[in-house]
Amino acid sequence: MDNLLLLGDEAIAQGGIDAGMSGIYAYPGTPSTEITEYVQNSHEAIQKGIHSSWSANEKTAYEAALGMSYAGKRSMVCMKHVGLNVAADAFMNSAITGVHGGMVVVVADDPGMHSSQNEQDSRFYARFAYIPALEPANQQEAYNAVHYAFDLSEQTGLPVMIRLTTRISHSRSGVIRTQNRNQNTLSPFNQSKRFILLPANARRQYNSLLEKQPGLEEISNHSSLNYLVEGDNLKMGIVAFGIAFNYVMEIRVRHQLQYPVMKIGQYPLPRTMLTKFFEKHESIMIVEEGYPVYEELLRGYFNNEKNILGRLDGTLPRTGELNPDYLAKALKIDLPPALPPSEILQPRPPMLCQGCSHRDVYEALNEAIRNDERHVFSDIGCYTLGALQPFESISTCVDMGASVTMAKGAADAGLRPAVAVIGDSTFTHSGMTGLLDAVNDQSPITVIISDNSTTGMTGGQHSSGEGKYIAICKALGVEENHIRVMNPLKVHYAENVKIFQEEFAYEGVSVIIAQRECIQTLAKKKKKAK
Amino acid sequence: MKKDIILAGVGGQGILSIAAVIDRAALNNKLHFKQAEVHGMSQRGGDVQSHLRISSDIIYSDLISQGCADLILAVEPLEALRYLPFLSNSGWVVSALTPYNNIAYYPDDNSIRNALNKLPRKLLVEAEKIAREQGSSKTSNMVMLGAAAHLTGLSNASLEDAITWLFERKGEEIVSQNLAAFRAGLQAGKNQN
Repeated sequence: MDNLLLLGDEAIAQGGIDAGMSGIYAYPGTPSTEITEYVQNSHEAIQKGIHSSWSANEKTAYEAALGMSYAGKRSMVCMKHVGLNVAADAFMNSAITGVHGGMVVVVADDPGMHSSQNEQDSRFYARFAYIPALEPANQQEAYNAVHYAFDLSEQTGLPVMIRLTTRISHSRSGVIRTQNRNQNTLSPFNQSKRFILLPANARRQYNSLLEKQPGLEEISNHSSLNYLVEGDNLKMGIVAFGIAFNYVMEIRVRHQLQYPVMKIGQYPLPRTMLTKFFEKHESIMIVEEGYPVYEELLRGYFNNEKNILGRLDGTLPRTGELNPDYLAKALKIDLPPALPPSEILQPRPPMLCQGCSHRDVYEALNEAIRNDERHVFSDIGCYTLGALQPFESISTCVDMGASVTMAKGAADAGLRPAVAVIGDSTFTHSGMTGLLDAVNDQSPITVIISDNSTTGMTGGQHSSGEGKYIAICKALGVEENHIRVMNPLKVHYAENVKIFQEEFAYEGVSVIIAQRECIQTLAKKKKKAK
Repeated sequence: MKKDIILAGVGGQGILSIAAVIDRAALNNKLHFKQAEVHGMSQRGGDVQSHLRISSDIIYSDLISQGCADLILAVEPLEALRYLPFLSNSGWVVSALTPYNNIAYYPDDNSIRNALNKLPRKLLVEAEKIAREQGSSKTSNMVMLGAAAHLTGLSNASLEDAITWLFERKGEEIVSQNLAAFRAGLQAGKNQN
């Protein structure tokens, strides 16, 4: 069949299309965004009637995918690691209800924090929920893993997680398509007691989830994602997880090392396989991308009785993304000589585009609060770059939606003015509920919705509240004369400064909607129209 | 055959198009390849880079090791300097000379040229000027690919096929503009050798 040129993310998407998926739900987040984008742009997916759209947030996406599974069809939900925090309530409980049609949860972690606020490891979440997780090491494995994950999900009646990390999500390689399966027919699940998590049902379901665990371990013992690469040097065995396998093998092949390698790509761990492997070696090196999740566990399994090397003892760095150089050092191999970094080098951080509307918002905002102490609560999006020069306008950025609620808390404490800056997409993701809290408590805050009509940071996806912001704010109880709209352009600078100042002075909830389309999406539209 | 290539530049300069052309040519030649690229926040005027590996044998790592790159292909001179620790002791730096100055403290032209000139194997190209002579400054990236073509391990013909494939859907004019830029780059590379 076709040999395609695909990112890891795209291999997941193509895998879904070929494995009979009926719908994909997601909120954009680097490094997971390209999965859903690929499905949206695929003629095949459109022909097959595969549902794909951006959800308001990861929780709504997760629940929609669960509903599709309930109807008997195969569904996929995708997010970045911190997105799983947002979806966590639905995620944990879906392990208790189980699923009907196959459901695959793709989570892309970002070790090294290339574009994220933390490094959390989603394999913890899979263990937390007691569901199987797969961790492909390359693009072909990612494609194959989707087919396998849907089958496994239907076989076990559980959602199955596929965990990616940045380096597989955003790495491209050839992928051969293997099969093309039809979608499931509609078949609603009719044992409703399983899907109603009243305590009596939930207790029964939880027991049934626990009873499934030995079976899941046994499946791992026979999974093609877990296998042994044999070698003669039994002094040390290496257990390599997911993409870490690539770095181990790179060094092993380049330097002709003979350490046996146990590759792990499916969880829960194949305990029988690992026990045999452990018994054969004097010491064990554990190489995993992310947290030392399984290093900690394996130390327990084997009572620390062997010399166990990994991230916990400093053999590998405790934080950040792995690479072949770290592996070489861990295996005591000298790196080839390298040129020193150039002395005249300067960092080139990302910045707001020239002509971006957020720039004008921050310029006017800085003017409006020039004489006050700066305490602008910001949110997550392009506008977070307002933290950098030349604006240096903002003082916080914690999680999606936190700008509104943190400003509220600060206002409750007596801080004036308490200003939140939030993007349009982030506002509908998780800012609306916080605004309702502020209205209910009459907390004196000013929320600036910097509305560029898109989800800009991830490349311009549809923003779910488009054209609805005034109506939403009104409905949440913000007084009509304190919902102000401005056009963030240089020509309106003085007027905009005045709007800011007026609303900062108001002892109640005000919302300023600064509306001008993202110059990137605007340019794309113009190009398309040609 | 094995080539480890680092592509470097600033977001929006067309690094990923160069990568796509090389990937396609490698795929058509039934070679193994892996290409890791930077997405997301850093595209906004920040530095971007791609690790591109081509080989007749299986490739494991998506990332190139320190001191192992056969080629640093940069569409911006400061970005060429950013990845020097990756360069192997027989590796080449092929860099465009036009700075993309969007930061405070951007080094002056002379110190950049001096730093590049100190390298043992380098090829410095007035890519933007050459691209403009061919009709569009937007094709600087293809000029650079042309200048470095002989260091990629791929034939000119297979790179040209891949350029045609990449720009086909944008129309014939864009294809021929990019091919012209690539050929002008080939020439620029030859003139310096």
